[in-house]
Amino acid sequence: MNSIAAALVAQVVFAALAVVLALVLPEQRRALWCGVTISAIGVAGALTGISALAGGRGGIRIPISLPISALKFEPQQLGALFMVVVGAVGAITAIYAIGYAHGPANSRTSWIALAIFLTAMQLVPASADVVSFLLVWELMAISSTVLVLTEYRHRDQVRSAALWYSVMTQLSFVLIVLGFAILAKQSGNITFASISAMHSHRSSIAFVLLIVGFAIKAGIVPLHIWLPRAHPEAPSHVSALMSAAMVKLGVYGAVLVGTQLLPSGPSWWGLLILVLGGLSALYGILQASVAVDLKRLLAYSTTENIGLIFISLGAALLLRSSGLGHVADYALVSGLLLVVAHAAFKTLLFLGAGAVLSATGEGDLDKLGGLGSRMPVTSATFAVGALGAAALPVTAGFVGEWVLFQALIHGAKSSDRLLAVVMPLSVAVVALTAGLALMTFVKAFGITFLGRARSAGAQGAKEVGFAMKLGMVLGATAVVGLGLIPGRLGIQTSTLTGRDSINITSMGGISLTKISATLNPVALLILAAATAIPVLVQSIFAARRSPRRRVDLAWGSGGMRSSPKMQYTATSYAEPLSRIFDDVLKPDRDIVMTPSAESQYLVERVRFRQQVTDIFEVRFYLPAVKWFDRIGIAARRMQNGRIQVYLSYSFAALIVVLIMAVL
Amino acid sequence: MNVDAIFLAFLQMVVMVILTPLLIGIMRQVRNRLEGRVGPGILQPWRDLRKLFAKEPLRAPGMSWVQSVGPILLMISSLSVCALIPLVSTIHSRLIPGDLFVVVSILLLGTVALALVGLDAGTAFGGMGSSRHMTIAAMVEPTVLVAIYALSIPIGSSALGAIVRARIADPSSIISLVSLLALVALGIATMAETSRMPVDNPSTHLELTMVHEAMVLESSGRDLAWLELGSWLRLGALLGLIGSLLLPWGMATQPTILEIFLGLFMLIVKLFGLGALLSGMEVFLAKLRLFRVPELLAGSFVIALLAVIASYLLEVS
Repeated sequence: MNSIAAALVAQVVFAALAVVLALVLPEQRRALWCGVTISAIGVAGALTGISALAGGRGGIRIPISLPISALKFEPQQLGALFMVVVGAVGAITAIYAIGYAHGPANSRTSWIALAIFLTAMQLVPASADVVSFLLVWELMAISSTVLVLTEYRHRDQVRSAALWYSVMTQLSFVLIVLGFAILAKQSGNITFASISAMHSHRSSIAFVLLIVGFAIKAGIVPLHIWLPRAHPEAPSHVSALMSAAMVKLGVYGAVLVGTQLLPSGPSWWGLLILVLGGLSALYGILQASVAVDLKRLLAYSTTENIGLIFISLGAALLLRSSGLGHVADYALVSGLLLVVAHAAFKTLLFLGAGAVLSATGEGDLDKLGGLGSRMPVTSATFAVGALGAAALPVTAGFVGEWVLFQALIHGAKSSDRLLAVVMPLSVAVVALTAGLALMTFVKAFGITFLGRARSAGAQGAKEVGFAMKLGMVLGATAVVGLGLIPGRLGIQTSTLTGRDSINITSMGGISLTKISATLNPVALLILAAATAIPVLVQSIFAARRSPRRRVDLAWGSGGMRSSPKMQYTATSYAEPLSRIFDDVLKPDRDIVMTPSAESQYLVERVRFRQQVTDIFEVRFYLPAVKWFDRIGIAARRMQNGRIQVYLSYSFAALIVVLIMAVL
Repeated sequence: MNVDAIFLAFLQMVVMVILTPLLIGIMRQVRNRLEGRVGPGILQPWRDLRKLFAKEPLRAPGMSWVQSVGPILLMISSLSVCALIPLVSTIHSRLIPGDLFVVVSILLLGTVALALVGLDAGTAFGGMGSSRHMTIAAMVEPTVLVAIYALSIPIGSSALGAIVRARIADPSSIISLVSLLALVALGIATMAETSRMPVDNPSTHLELTMVHEAMVLESSGRDLAWLELGSWLRLGALLGLIGSLLLPWGMATQPTILEIFLGLFMLIVKLFGLGALLSGMEVFLAKLRLFRVPELLAGSFVIALLAVIASYLLEVS
C-alpha cells in the first residue's frame, strides 16, 4: 500500500471518525472535535493530491456487490490538482466552522453531512471510472442538499433554495449519466483511461450532454439559477465549501471532458464553452454589482469567475482545434490558475461574509457599514479577498487573469477569421468583467467596512473568535502567497497540458517561455516598497510638523450629518450601473410619494423600493415551472382512485411490452 | 542592463514628480488665458502642494485608516506606473518588463484606493463620487486593454517598451490606420480615467456633476496633497504614454548620457505640448451628462475593437 492509497484510506477513516464523534459527543464539545477531524480529512485529501501531482501513482479499489467491477479511486495529474484545491478549502473551512457552527449548524446531522460532503468531493476527482465517479458525485449532491437545509426551521426561503438546488443538481446528474453512458458504450469500457484512449470518436451528443451537466454544477448562465439561492441560505462555511470547492468539480468535469475524454472535437465545441463562459462572466458580474445581499453578491461573483474559467477552457479548445497548440496550453493553464485562485479568495470572502453575518446578524449591505474599526482582522482579510476577486496585484486572481490575457492576445495570429473576431471580443469581455468586478468589490468592501454603521446590529458588532479568525487568515495567506510566488503552481499546471511551456523565474514568478512574457510579483512588490519610502518619509515629516486633528463632524459639504442613512448605500452605489445596464438587469422599481395634507405639491414621504430579479429566472424558469405544474395537474386525471382504471393501466402496459418484445 | 534600467525607472519617477505639477500649472494657465483671465501662473500647483503639506489633516469620527493610507496607496500606484512605462527611455528591466496588463492593474489599484477614500468618511458626496468614479473606471477598462492589444499585435508582445521600440524602428507604423484608431481610443480612455473633460470637469465643485472632486471632499492636509499629486501623476503618466506612442523619436534606446538628456528634453516637450493641446481642447468642450458618458466610452471601445480587427485584416493582406 503506497502513500496515495494510505492517504485515500485515511480520508475515509477520518470521515468515519467524524461521523462517530458527531454522534457521541455532547453539543458543546462537538464543534471542536468534529471540526478538527473534518479538517484532517481535508489535509489528507490535499496530501493525496500533492503526492499524485509529484508523480506518485496508486489508489484503492473497493469491491462492491453490484454486478460491475470494483470502485476504483486512482488520482491522476488533473484530478490531483482539484484534490489539493478541495482538500485545502475543506481544511480551512472546517477550522472556521469550529467557531462558526452554532444552533442548527452544530447539530449531529449537520456535522455528519459535512464530513460526508468533503470526503465525497475529494473522491470525485480521484475516481478512475464512470461508476465510481457517479457514485461519489451523487453522494456529494445529497450531502450538500442536507447542508443547504441546515437552517430550514428558521427561514422559509431555505426550503425553496434547497428545492431549486436539488432539482438542478439532479438534472445535472441525469445529463452526466447519459453523456457517460454514450461514451462508455462507444469505448466498451467504463474506465476514464480507456475512454480517453479512443481518440477517434467525436460524439457531439455526449459532449453537449456532459458539458451542460457539468455547467449546471459549475453555475454557468443560464443554469446558474441555484447558486444565488443556495449560497445565501446555507451556513457560511457550507457556502464557502460549495462555492470554492464543489462548483470547481463541475469545472473539473468540463476540463476532463474537453481535454481528456473528448480531446479532438470540432472548433464549435470550444466556441460553445467560450460563449457560455463569456455570458456567465458578464451576466454574473452585472448581477453581483447590483446585489445588496453580501452572500448573493458572492454567489453571482462565483458565476462570473467560473465564466472566466470557461472562457479559458473554451479558448484552449478553440485554439487547439485551430492549430495553435502552444497558446492553447497557456489558455488552459490560466483556467487552472484561476481555479486555484478562485478557490482561495472565494473561501476567504465567504468566511468573511459569515463573520460579518455572525457579528451583526445582517447580510444586507444596506444595513452594514463601519465594521472596519470594530472587526480589524475580518476587514483586513476580506480586503485581501476582495483584491483577489478584483484580480489586482499581488494576488492569485491577478496571476490567473494575466496569463489569460496573454493567451488571448497571442491567440489571433493566424489566418483564422473566427479567431480574429472571437479573441478580441473575449479580451473585451474579460476586461469589462474585470472592470465591473473592481466596482463590485469596492462596493462590497467599502459599504461593509467603511463609513458609519447603518443599523444597530452593525453598531454593536464585535470581532469574531479565534477559530474563525484563523480560518480567514489562512485563506488570506493563500491568496497573497499564490499571488506572490505563482511559479511553482504555474509549472505544475503546465505539466498537466503535457507540454513544458512555463518557467519559474529567479524571484518565484512565472514566465511564459513560448510567447516571452514574464510576471514577477515579488519584483512589483519591491518596486512598490521602494516608491513607498520617499512618500512615507515625507508623510512622517509632515506629521511631525502638523499632527492629525480630531474634529467632531466630517465636513459633509457644509451639511450637518444627522443620520448614517444619509450615506451612500450599496443600492445607490450601483445605481449608475443599474441604469446603464437597465435593459439586461430590468430592476423592479417602486416609488410611492405621499403628499402632505396641505398641498399635493408638498411631499411628506417618499418610499423607494428596488428589487433586482434574475431575468433568466423570470423569463425562463418560472414559465417552465408553471408549465410542469400544468402537466402535473393534467396527469392527476389519470389517477382517479378507481381500481378498475389502474388494472387497465397495468394491462395496457403489459400489452405494450409484449408488442415491443415481439417487434 | 538591469542597473541602467533601474536607474532610468528611478529617473522617470523623479522627473515626473517634478514635471506633473508644472504640467497641471500649464494646463490651467492655458485655460485661463483662453478664457480671458490672467491665471495664477504655472507654479501654483507647487505652491498648493507646499501649503497642503504644512496644514494639519482633519479626522472626523467614523473615519478609518483608509483616510490616511488610501492617498499613500494612490501615490505608490502612480509612481510605480511612472517607473514602468516608457517615458524617457524604452529600456526596461528584465525583472519587470513594462507589461501592459501589469501597468493597467497597478493604475487600477490607485483607482480603488481613491474610491475607498471617497467611501471612508460616510458622507453622501464621497459615496456619490466613488460610485461614479468606479462606474467610469469599469467602462474604461475594455477600451484601454483592447486598444493596447491592437498596438501589440504587430510585435507579438504586450511589453510597452517593445511596442515603442518597434515604432522607432518603423515610423510608418505610427500613422497606420490601426495605430491611429488605437490612439484615439486610448485618448478618450485617458480623458475618462483622469477625470478630464468631457467626462468630468476638474475645476467644478457643482454637486450634481462632480466625480473626482466629490471623492476628495473630506480629505485635507497632506492626505489631500497626496491625492492631488497622485492624480496629477496619473494624468502625466498617461499623457506621457500617449506621447511616447505618438512621437517616439528622441527617446533613449541606449543608456548613454546624451540619449538620456535628449529623452528628457523630448519628454518635457511632449508632455507640455500635449497638456496645452488638451487644455485648449477642453475650453471648447462641454461636460457630458453622466449618463451620456457610457455612450462616449462605448464609442471609444468600438474604435479600439475596429483597430484590432483592422490590424488582423491588414496583417493577412
